[in-house]
Amino acid sequence: MASAEPGPSQPVAPIQILYCGVCTFPVEYCEFGSHITRCKEWLQKEHPPLYDKYYSEEALQAKLGTLSLEAQTKLEEDTAKKEAKAEKKADAALKKKMASQVTIKRIERNKRKYVTAIHGLEAFDVDLKKAAKFFAQKFATGASVTKNAQGFDEIVVQGDVSGDVVEMIEDGVGLLKGVPKDNIVEVEEKKKKGGAEGA
Amino acid sequence: MFKKFQPSIDVSGQTSLKSSVQRSIRSNILSHWKIDVETLEQIWPKKEPLTLVKCREHISIYSLHGEPLFFQHFDGPFFPTLRLLHKYPFLLPTVRIDRGAIRFLLAGAHMMCPGMTSAGGYLPPPESALPAGSPVAIHAEGKEHAVGIGLTKLGTEEIKKVNKGVGVETVTYIGDDFWAVQSI
Repeated sequence: MASAEPGPSQPVAPIQILYCGVCTFPVEYCEFGSHITRCKEWLQKEHPPLYDKYYSEEALQAKLGTLSLEAQTKLEEDTAKKEAKAEKKADAALKKKMASQVTIKRIERNKRKYVTAIHGLEAFDVDLKKAAKFFAQKFATGASVTKNAQGFDEIVVQGDVSGDVVEMIEDGVGLLKGVPKDNIVEVEEKKKKGGAEGA
Repeated sequence: MFKKFQPSIDVSGQTSLKSSVQRSIRSNILSHWKIDVETLEQIWPKKEPLTLVKCREHISIYSLHGEPLFFQHFDGPFFPTLRLLHKYPFLLPTVRIDRGAIRFLLAGAHMMCPGMTSAGGYLPPPESALPAGSPVAIHAEGKEHAVGIGLTKLGTEEIKKVNKGVGVETVTYIGDDFWAVQSI
């Protein structure tokens, strides 16, 4: 079973498949995705011959042949519904993203000694690990990704760098591009007098 | 299996494999898939080390330079990833489902027998019947490429006879969370 044909066999070349730029499906499956309208536009623009193959009148007719009329209309309705739903979902996700905040917290560790905790960067597609490394390099201090008390990941930078971090985000340096500056919140956390040590 | 899969949560560790383990995987694949040595060499050159990505529920994904190539559940059979199967569609035996079932497959449902025994479906003929528990590529009526990968729950002859209930368990399909993982 190891080799399909006897004799010296050649490696079989891989088939190149066109994946849709919108929904990442193979283009023939776009119709089952949730962005069919946008998929169609994309295909028409990028690969007109293929568009004709999949969405021309004859192709649609051929597909109709295998299904009853009722089933077809129901299918179409479902697809439209699904599409609307997906769009709504994407919208909501974007809104949520825009509303989420980046908190920069200056925590007093000892008198005149601070650490800075930056929380909420991951909502803006920032790789936390890389960002921590970047901060460490930039400020020549230690920086790490840790879980805070709520169980969320945050970057902890040694030393008071809150002002610099805000500036860096506003300028959109390197990795931090795409974080809107209106969403930055600066918070200060003082050590409680005589209390147990904070996290 | 991969309906819900998030690399950040579900991956528990990555290690590179011992060469003896790699050798056994290679021979396992050569004996179970319809593939010859040269083609496998092209997919996975002998010199390149495979990385084992361990995930929850004993799923192991084997990747090459960050691109997933095969995966396995417990000590079960090896599956190619869907993208690999698209490039080399002959790797696995084929079943085909009718048009009506595509919608459900893409929602992650297992494949019921009638979907494969109906006019639009296809099962291997009796002389090349498959036993239960063999990996299959799931194709769809009127489509060129595979839509998913499954594991037969019943033998193909049994599917034809029983014609009821789950025939092929869906392992992965286009659009699931594993499909979204292009590199790991």
